[in-house]
Amino acid sequence: MPAKPKVALYWCASCGGCEESVVDLAEDILFVIENVDIVYWPVAMDFKKHDVVAMKDGSISACLVNGAIRTSEQEEMAKLLRQKSKLLIAYGSCAHTGGIPSLSNQFSREQILKYVYEECPSVDNPQKARPQVRLVENGRETTIPAFRNVVRALDQVVDVDYYIPGCPPTPKLLKQALLAILSGQLPEKGTVLAPDVALCEECPRKDSKPIDLAFTEFKRPHQILIDPEKCLLAQGIICMGPATRGGCEALCTKGNMPCTGCFGPTSRVRDQGAKILASICSNIAAKDDEGIQKTLEGIPDPVGTFYRYGLAQSLLRRRVDLGAEPTTEAR
Amino acid sequence: MTEKKEEIRTGFYICHCGHNIGSVVDCPAVVEYVKGLPGIAVSRDYKYMCSDPGQELIAQDIREQKLNRIVVASCSPLLHEETFRKATSMGGLNPFYFQMVNIREHDSWVHTDKNAATEKAMDMARAAVARVRFHRALEKKKAPIHPDVLIVGAGIAGIHAALTLANAGKKVYLVEREPTIGGHMAMFDKTFPTLDCAACILTPKMSSVKNHPNITMWTYSEVTSVDGYVGNFTIKVRHKPRYIIEDLCVGCMACIDACVFKQKFEDEFNQGLSKRKPVYIPFPQATPQVVVIDPEQCLKLKTGKCKESCAEACDRKAIDFNQKETIEEIKVGTVIISTGFKSFDAKKLPQYGWGIYPNVYTALEIERLVNASGPTGGDVVMRDGKHPKRIGIIHCVGSRDESTNKWCSRVCCMYSLKLAHLLHEHSEAEIYNFYIDMRTPGKSYEEFYDRLLKEGVNFVRGRVAEITDWAMNKDEEDHLVIRVEDTLAGFVRRIPVDMVVLATGLEAREDAQDVRRLFNIGCGGEGFFMERHPKLAPVDTFTEGIFIAGACQGPKDIPDTVAQAGAAAAQCLALIDAGAIELEPNTAFIDEQSCSGCKSCISLCPYTAITFDAVKKKAVINEALCKGCGTCVGACPSSSIIQNLYEDDQIFTEIEEVLAHV
Repeated sequence: MPAKPKVALYWCASCGGCEESVVDLAEDILFVIENVDIVYWPVAMDFKKHDVVAMKDGSISACLVNGAIRTSEQEEMAKLLRQKSKLLIAYGSCAHTGGIPSLSNQFSREQILKYVYEECPSVDNPQKARPQVRLVENGRETTIPAFRNVVRALDQVVDVDYYIPGCPPTPKLLKQALLAILSGQLPEKGTVLAPDVALCEECPRKDSKPIDLAFTEFKRPHQILIDPEKCLLAQGIICMGPATRGGCEALCTKGNMPCTGCFGPTSRVRDQGAKILASICSNIAAKDDEGIQKTLEGIPDPVGTFYRYGLAQSLLRRRVDLGAEPTTEAR
Repeated sequence: MTEKKEEIRTGFYICHCGHNIGSVVDCPAVVEYVKGLPGIAVSRDYKYMCSDPGQELIAQDIREQKLNRIVVASCSPLLHEETFRKATSMGGLNPFYFQMVNIREHDSWVHTDKNAATEKAMDMARAAVARVRFHRALEKKKAPIHPDVLIVGAGIAGIHAALTLANAGKKVYLVEREPTIGGHMAMFDKTFPTLDCAACILTPKMSSVKNHPNITMWTYSEVTSVDGYVGNFTIKVRHKPRYIIEDLCVGCMACIDACVFKQKFEDEFNQGLSKRKPVYIPFPQATPQVVVIDPEQCLKLKTGKCKESCAEACDRKAIDFNQKETIEEIKVGTVIISTGFKSFDAKKLPQYGWGIYPNVYTALEIERLVNASGPTGGDVVMRDGKHPKRIGIIHCVGSRDESTNKWCSRVCCMYSLKLAHLLHEHSEAEIYNFYIDMRTPGKSYEEFYDRLLKEGVNFVRGRVAEITDWAMNKDEEDHLVIRVEDTLAGFVRRIPVDMVVLATGLEAREDAQDVRRLFNIGCGGEGFFMERHPKLAPVDTFTEGIFIAGACQGPKDIPDTVAQAGAAAAQCLALIDAGAIELEPNTAFIDEQSCSGCKSCISLCPYTAITFDAVKKKAVINEALCKGCGTCVGACPSSSIIQNLYEDDQIFTEIEEVLAHV
C-alpha cells in the first residue's frame, strides 16, 4: 500500500477561524485522517519548525496556509512550506486577499505601534516601551519576529497554487478541495476553488432585486428591521453580493445579514472594492453633488465596507505613503 | 483570459508627419527603442505613413514578415485610424489587430522639449505594443439605414434641405417650433447684395414644402426625445396645441376679426413694433396658413369665460379649445439640425440706448420697418411718429467685442450696407455707418459696398462709444448724439441723428445646450454646434447620422446657409443610398456564464440596450443598440461584461506600460 499523501496546515496573521473551519468538517474529519497524513499543524499537533526543515523538498503533497503575512516569521514559514510542498494552497480570506488584517494597510507601522502600545485606552505603559526584535539582557539574547510595514496576501510573498476563499471557508469547499487534491483532478494552477459567478446567482433574495435600485440612502444592518425576503440592496443596505464570488451558499443573506465580501471577487475582477463602488455609485438616484454627498453619508467607512477582506489585493494595496514593502529588514 | 498561444509578431511604424511630428520627436530613436520591446518583428519610421507607399509598407510587411499585430504612431485616430485599419486588411490581417498611437496631438504638438517628447513617444509606443498583444479579430456589423430624414428647424436651411431630400424621393419630417416655417429669412425685407425681396424668393419654397408629398411639415412642434443610433433613430415629437384644427382652418382670419380683444399683445414677428390679438397668424404668407391661439392671452383659455365669438365666426368649426398636446413617435435614419441663431440682445449694451431711447432700433426691427408687409407698410416712421432725417447705423453690436462676443458675426457689415440703402430709399434720410472694419468677402459683396459709397452713405471708422440725448449745443438738441472716435480722422466726433440702428450680432440659440444634449452632439465654446472637422467635415457632427446646417453651426449668410443645407442633405442621401452603415465593433457583450443576474447594469445603459432575461436570470445586451460607451462595463460588479477593443487586459496592460518608468 502506497504511503498516504502528506498534508500540512499552517497559520499566519489570522484569527484562528480558519483552523476552526477544518474542525467544522465534523465527522468528515475522519475521512481526512483516513486518507492523508497530517505532518504539520501547529494549532493541533506537536511538531516543530525543525521537523519541517528536515523534510525533503516537495515531500508535502499539499499545504494549507491561512492568515496574511505581516511578520518576518510568517514570511519565513511561508517560504519554508513553499519549498517543502508540492501544492501550496492559500486557505481563507487573509491568505487569499489579505483579509481583515490588511485593513491595517491604511495606517503606517508607526501609527499602529503607537496606538497599540501607547494610545489604546486599555493600555497602561507609562514608559512607552515597545517590543524589540532583539534584546540582550544578562548575557541572554531574545529575539522576536520583525513587524513589517504592510500586510500582504500569501501570493505576494510566495508562489501559490490554489486558493480556497472565505472567512472562513465553508467545510463543503474544503472537502471538495481535498477530494480534488486526492483524485488529482485539479483545475488550472492559480484557480480559486469556488464558483466563478457572483453571489447574487445563488442568493434566495435574487428575484426581489429591482432593475433600478436608485439609492436614496444607505442604512447599516443595525439601523433598520431587515425584511428577510427582499434584496438587501433594495433595502438600502450595502451588500457586497454582486461583486463577491459565490460558493458560500449565501450563508449571510440567508441569515438576514448582508454579504460583506469575504469570498473575494470573481476571477475577472482586479479590484473588488472599486467594482462594487462603481456599481453602487452609478445607481445613486441623486444626480447633483449635494444629493450624492448626502446619500454617501450612509457609508461612514468606505474602505472597511468595500475592501473589508481585500485591501492587500486591491490595485492600490496600501496607502501610498507607507514606504516600500521591505524584504531586507533585520530580523 | 487564456494565454495567447500564437507567436506575437508586431510591426511598429512611426510617422514623421512631415515636420509635425518629426521636428519634435526623434523618430529614428523611437524606432530603435521599440526594436528592443517584446514581440517586435519590424520597427520602421516613414515620412508620411498615411500616404499610399506608407500604407503599402504595412501591407507588404504583413505579407512578407508574417506580422500579426500592427502599431502605428502618428496622428489622431479620428483622422487616420480607418486608413491604417484598411492597410492592415490589405496585408491580409484582421484590421482590429491594429492599434494607433497619437503622438501628434498628444505629444509633438503640445510639447517643446524634444527629449521629453521623444521619451513620451517611447512610453506611448510601449503601451500600445503591449496592449495590441491582447487584441482579437473582430467583425464589423452592418446596420440598415432607415430612409426617412428628420429636419429640426424650418428656416431657410431646413427648408432647403427638406426640398432637396424630398425631390430626391426621400420622406422628410420637418419640425418647427414656431407656428410658421420661414425662420429669420421670412422677417427680412430684401437680401444683400442683389436686393431681391426675401419673401419673393422664400415664400415659393415655403409653399413647396407645404405641398410636397414627401414632406411632413410639423409646425408648433418640438423634438422631445431621441433614441437609437445612425440609421435607426426613434424620435418623439411634441405637438403643442394651437387650439385650431389644422386640417379645417383655411386661414380666412374671420376668427381674428371676431375676437373680442383689441390688438393689444406684442407681435413677435414684427419684433413688437405692432400689436396683435390672442388669436393670430404670424404674417400674411405664414405657412401653414393656419391661425394659432395664445393660451396665455386668450380669455377663454385663461379664465374659461368668453363669449367665444371667434368660434362662432368660424364656419368651418376649426376652433377647438379642448385641444391637448400630443406626442408622436417616428423612425428616421438621419437627422439634420438647422435651428438657426438668436440675435444679440441689445439691452446688454446700455450705452447704445436700446430700450431707453425709443428711436434706437435693432437691425431686425428695421427689417420689419422697411418691409412692405411690415407694421408701417414700409414707411420709415419712428416710435415717436416722426420721420428721420439722419440715421446712424452702428456695426459690431455684440460682435468682435471682448466684453460680449469675440467673434465676427459675418453678416452685419453686409446687412448694414443693405439697410443703409433701404433706409435711404424709403426715407431719403442721410445715413451714417459706423464700422470697425468693413468685411465684405463674398461674391459681389465688395461691389455692393462700392455702390453704397457712390450712393453717398457716410462711413465713419470707429467703434461707437455711446448714444446719448444730452445735447452740448443747439444742433444736438432733440437729437440722439452718437459719440465716436473717428480713427481715420483722428479725433472724437459727436454726430447728431434722429434714428439709430444697432447691427446686432449672431449668437447661438438660448437652448442650444439642451438641443446638444438631446441629439448627443457637441457645442463649441461660443455655443454654436460643433462640426466634426472645421474643413473636411463641416456639416457632420461627432454623432454619426446627425448633421448640422446653417447659423446653428456659426454665423453665416443665406448663400452659405443654403450651401450647407445642401451639403447636409447630400450627406443624408449618401447614407440612405448606401442602404447600410458599418458599425464600430467596440460594443459590449455579456459573458452569460459569468453573469450573476445582479441587474446592476440594466438601468445604467443610456441606450436601453440591456434587458433582463427573466428565464435565464441573466442580463442581455442588444449589440445593435450598444454604442460602446462602456458605462455597464465599468459598473458590472463581477466584470462579466466585456467590451471589444476595451477589454480589461488591454486597458490595464496599456496603463501599466505607459506608467512603467514612473
